[in-house]
Amino acid sequence: MATHTTAVPLRKSPQHNRPRPRWGAAVAGVLILGVMLFPLYWMLNTALQPDSGLLEVSPVPESVDFSGFRKAFTDQGGNLLTSLAVALGAVTICLAIAAPCAYGLAQFKLRAAKYILFGTLITQMVPGIVIANALYSAYVDLGLVNSYFGLMLADASLGIPFAIVLMRAFMTSIPSEVIEAAQVDGAGRLRTFVQVVLPMSRNALITSGLFAFLFAWSDFMFALTLNTTDDVKPVTLGIYQYIGAHVGDWGAVMAASVLSAIPAAILLVLAQKYIAAGITGGSVK
Amino acid sequence: MSTTTASASAARPADPKAAQPHSDELRRRNSRNRRNRRLGQWGFIAPAVAFMLLFFGYPLVRNIVMSFQDYSPSTFFNGEAPFNGLDNWRAVFEDGLFGQALWHTLVFTAGSLLGQFCIGLALAVFFSRKFPLNGVLRSLILLPWLVPMVVSGVVWRRILDQDTGVLNSFLHTIGLGDGSSPWLTSPSMALFSVIMVNIWIGIPFNMVILYGGLQEIPRELYEAASLDGASAWRTFRSITLPMLRPVITVVLVLGFMSTVKILDLILALTDGGPADATQTLGTLTYQQSFVELDFGAGAVVGNILILISAVFAVFYLRANRPEGK
Repeated sequence: MATHTTAVPLRKSPQHNRPRPRWGAAVAGVLILGVMLFPLYWMLNTALQPDSGLLEVSPVPESVDFSGFRKAFTDQGGNLLTSLAVALGAVTICLAIAAPCAYGLAQFKLRAAKYILFGTLITQMVPGIVIANALYSAYVDLGLVNSYFGLMLADASLGIPFAIVLMRAFMTSIPSEVIEAAQVDGAGRLRTFVQVVLPMSRNALITSGLFAFLFAWSDFMFALTLNTTDDVKPVTLGIYQYIGAHVGDWGAVMAASVLSAIPAAILLVLAQKYIAAGITGGSVK
Repeated sequence: MSTTTASASAARPADPKAAQPHSDELRRRNSRNRRNRRLGQWGFIAPAVAFMLLFFGYPLVRNIVMSFQDYSPSTFFNGEAPFNGLDNWRAVFEDGLFGQALWHTLVFTAGSLLGQFCIGLALAVFFSRKFPLNGVLRSLILLPWLVPMVVSGVVWRRILDQDTGVLNSFLHTIGLGDGSSPWLTSPSMALFSVIMVNIWIGIPFNMVILYGGLQEIPRELYEAASLDGASAWRTFRSITLPMLRPVITVVLVLGFMSTVKILDLILALTDGGPADATQTLGTLTYQQSFVELDFGAGAVVGNILILISAVFAVFYLRANRPEGK
């Protein structure tokens, strides 16, 4: 990188052992970020110029026009709520199923634990479209097509293996004395889990929950394949159908895109340490 | 969850004040307790195992069966999908589109991984030095990876638009090209454009994991190298790369498995077009099953997709073994 040179003249003064801040590198970093985030800026910029239609969009909005957002809210507001409901449901299912399992794999010395953990790795190689292919006919038989619960279950499958691996890694580090102490005090296995293990694993639960939410919120494939009517339409599916029908109205399409990207942005600001930890922890462990 | 509650209370120790038990009875009770304890423990694990069997195991098996069945649009009304031997397989392999989709998938995966990995590694190395704003910039750069893929696809579709997209007008302004490159509308360019967009999406993921790997390399190694007067490139080649190897393998294999099955992005950008130029195994499975309602043919393509993933899963598990036990 071109900015290497700025790091060379390190002046070491006796009082200040710390090197001078490398502002050159900071500037380069800002430029890199600018390039990486440009498409997202452009999304916002286009959303604020709804009249541009099929014309070129000016680099900055000359006057801020929220009519694109108004239209997006009217057309996609319900779909945003659907996404929210489905994602929250998926998170609940995911944590309720994954947390006890992670605890069991981490603390009960089961011989099968190794194989179950291996199984969670195997799930990562099953393509979603293959799951949808087989699930669709099963869902037809069970009456789960076009249902909230069906989509929540399918979306939970995106987070469960990840959550098990992540939480298990965390729960392994809980000292077994803590758990034994709770049991000596007369707490049953379930009470130990709920009152001792879960509170101690708060960070792992939050991280897993965040990712389960993002996976479910971003899901497009299950929404596309497991729904045949408009009864359950998350915003990802809504936007996809929008571009089919409104190619001329990019302002509204982009405004809907901005709205659907908001959860990611909020979570990144509020929970950045959990997100970085989740990406590394969930994949390298 | 009800099973957990029931078995957990069942496993509670018997009343200690009970009459002194005969040793035979004690042994029996012990073994019963052990069995109850095991049962209680399985109560924690069983829901997850059942879920994974239903949502991952069942589809794997079902897809194999489906690939030998004749599905038609009427199957879902009358429930009839008679077995038809190898007909689906023959039909898929004889269709020229399958070969094309396979080739596109391989080019797409190789191109995406190469770009994501190289840029991601460069950024990871860049951000592993201390400078102001480092932490903030590093977390903001994750945003493209967190935004739903369909949304990224739609945004890029606007940017790459031939007549009114900002990329063409930018290139025209700085004097590169005539400002009317058909990024997504020409069969010869579309696959390339889709790869570019996927590289953009994958950079943050590669960067974060490789950055984490870089932090694990002991500082002393670099100090020793600088005492020996090693050049920056030499240090990178002889210390960074070898020490990073396990992490590199993980990044590449996870990247492979998520890239080879790509669907969302391509549907949002090109719908597999123009003229099937961006049709991959993922989009072909979708199209056969959910557009043409020929679930048997879709299952065949899906099975091949699984087979390709499985080969790489073996690499992944091999790579994971030394450090992960």
